[in-house]
Amino acid sequence: MMIIDEPLLRASSVTKLYGSRVGCEDVSFELWPGEVLAVVGESGSGKTTLLNCLSTRLPPTAGSVSYRMRDGNFRDLYEMSEAERRFLMRTDWGFVHQNPADGLRMTVSAGANVGERLMAIGDRHYGKIRSTAIDWLTRVEIAQDRIDDQPRAFSGGMRQRLQIARNLVTGPRLVFMDEPTGGLDVSVQARLLDLLRGLVSDLGLAAIVVTHDLAVARLLSQRMMVMKDGRVIETGLTDRVLDDPREPYTQLLVSSILQV
Amino acid sequence: MATPLVVSDVAKSFTMHLRDGIRLPVVAGVSFELHAGECVVLGGPSGAGKSSILKMLYGNYSVDAGRILVEHDGETVDLATASPRTVLAVRRDTIGYVSQFLRTVPRVSALDVVAEPLVSRGEQREAARDRARRLLDRLNLPERLWSLPPTTFSGGEQQRVNIARGFITDHPVLLLDEPTASLDAANRAVVIGMIAEKKKNGVALLGIFHDADVRDEVADRVIDVTRFSAGRVAA
Amino acid sequence: MSELASYNFAYLDEQTKRMIRRAILKGIAIPGYQVPFASREMPMPYGWGTGGVQVTASIIGPDDVLKVIDQGADDTTNAVSIRAFIKKVANVAVTTKTAEATIIQTRHRIPEAELQAGQTIVFQVPIPEPLRFLEPRETETRKMHALEEYGLMHVKLYEDIARHGRIATTYAYPVRVEGRYVMDPSPTPKFDNPKMHMSAALQLFGAGREKRIYAVPPYTKVVSLDFEDHPFEVQTFDKPCALCSAEQVYLDEVVLDDRGGRMFVCSDTDHCETRRAEGHRGEMAGEAA
Repeated sequence: MMIIDEPLLRASSVTKLYGSRVGCEDVSFELWPGEVLAVVGESGSGKTTLLNCLSTRLPPTAGSVSYRMRDGNFRDLYEMSEAERRFLMRTDWGFVHQNPADGLRMTVSAGANVGERLMAIGDRHYGKIRSTAIDWLTRVEIAQDRIDDQPRAFSGGMRQRLQIARNLVTGPRLVFMDEPTGGLDVSVQARLLDLLRGLVSDLGLAAIVVTHDLAVARLLSQRMMVMKDGRVIETGLTDRVLDDPREPYTQLLVSSILQV
Repeated sequence: MATPLVVSDVAKSFTMHLRDGIRLPVVAGVSFELHAGECVVLGGPSGAGKSSILKMLYGNYSVDAGRILVEHDGETVDLATASPRTVLAVRRDTIGYVSQFLRTVPRVSALDVVAEPLVSRGEQREAARDRARRLLDRLNLPERLWSLPPTTFSGGEQQRVNIARGFITDHPVLLLDEPTASLDAANRAVVIGMIAEKKKNGVALLGIFHDADVRDEVADRVIDVTRFSAGRVAA
Repeated sequence: MSELASYNFAYLDEQTKRMIRRAILKGIAIPGYQVPFASREMPMPYGWGTGGVQVTASIIGPDDVLKVIDQGADDTTNAVSIRAFIKKVANVAVTTKTAEATIIQTRHRIPEAELQAGQTIVFQVPIPEPLRFLEPRETETRKMHALEEYGLMHVKLYEDIARHGRIATTYAYPVRVEGRYVMDPSPTPKFDNPKMHMSAALQLFGAGREKRIYAVPPYTKVVSLDFEDHPFEVQTFDKPCALCSAEQVYLDEVVLDDRGGRMFVCSDTDHCETRRAEGHRGEMAGEAA
């Protein structure tokens, strides 16, 4: 068979150093369309640094990150112009922040938050923009009558769902998520995770999810990378890494999960 | 394909780093073949490594040595060294697995849990759900439970969801880990019937059955796993 | 004449005029782009037209004829003061007639008479950045202009429609210049926006406090932002000017008494006078004297 299609994202020896301090070091992997990769580690593992390097928010010290554009060509992300990168961020990619306020315009209505990217790529029909916004609010389980409310009036879970809608409205192929359920109540987390699972599967999204919560990794991802001190110390199928951890640190992580 | 699965000289041990690196050998020199249309049973006492073998064949456990050759999409793939992406493709199309415990996902109904293996292969959701309904009905799972998430089901109910999910596709290889452990006699009979059907359809089955009655009904061959005990081979 | 001897021509020193002219040239070369300039201290405070005055002072020559209006009127305090100031430091001819002026400095209105080639209109601008109220960071707005990221501008219009059922902005209505830069036309009523499109005159904009100059060269496309299903519309008035019966001009409301009496008259005083001199009469013409 095997896999005839090509990867969507290719990271080669991505390294970020702060002087002599290591943010992340020598990280290489490929991500395919429709695949969810979890990057797991504790605080200081370098997972967020890695995510920022991959999503062009932080230029790496060494290594490269290439992305397969819609026309099929691979482009090195850091050799693109900033205009091209920002355009990519708004159309083909999504970035879900841990704190939804970082990924939303809090003083603008929910409808405008969802519609902004459409307007940014040139949509000029108010009626259509609004109906698209309503459609997305429904998909992320926000009541339609909240469309003109500002996110300031929303709960944490609602804000997070709004952030997801805002990111997905342009049909991105790759979504970066930084602790998407961090700070949410447990029941709210469950709902959000299930929503994410469904959307990722329905839309065929590829995603890189940074999390310290192994349960989130188990639920959302097919593949997993475990990071410690800036390096990837174990990688493989998520269920394999969690059920048969080989590295000492992975075993420590897995055994530390409290059973409820 | 007459021999969809060939296991060759597979070995596995666990290294417990949290216990000063104690090495626990599990199995070594595991070699056998599965033929289409037969049901092979792994026999042996608890702890002999039966479950571990099944899990290695599914890619859930890693393999220290040896090869696991499976006929996938017209080619021979070695699961022991395959990339994660390949293993996922093999699971999607070739090897099915009925696990011992159902890992539940919040908010997904039993019906959708069962339909999922078909949906992930591109089938229409409603058609997949129809097949799921028929299977759950056959397994005597009450209809009122179909739209509920299995989180609150009893052991036997969860087991039946698991079985339906494993049997719903037409994967040429099916791995069964204690599929009847929590079932009553009536449902055990249903499962026996389902296994017989799979055999008739040319599926190769490999299973662990503690229940002697079921084992005697379905098994064409029994492989005694103590043959592969790592301690024994070393000696 | 002894008063003139104590100032350089048009008040500013020659080096400053060169610096401002360079900024103006840059603005003309990049229509709608805000050019930073070293705004000087002027003998009026910020918020009173220092930007406009600096632009006028840099381009004015001894043969120019200057008109100054404030909200369309030549006779309001500010217009009178600025006109007197420039006359004092440059000794140029001044006029109230739009057709006779070579330079028109304006606060918040464009004259009704169509401007001709060879005329220059100088706008006084308080806040040059159209995105400022949505994005307070200068670093971000500069990037947005540089990278042509104007989605946020339409977000503002979207919010208007969501809240009020229509685009509620009635002055300082944002425009897109030559299909590239989004520009604030200064707080002129949106009624005047169409006049900026393909004008034969040179349009210059000065913001003294914010230290920016921008320009729209003659015959440049200036398009007001809108939505396909909520197109840009100018204000309309129910009745013509009460004094000269002019139609399709911008009218000011004048309160006549404390019993609610009022009349609507041309905001452009020159336009109104000219029409009345030609014999046009509105319904209140007899009373206004």
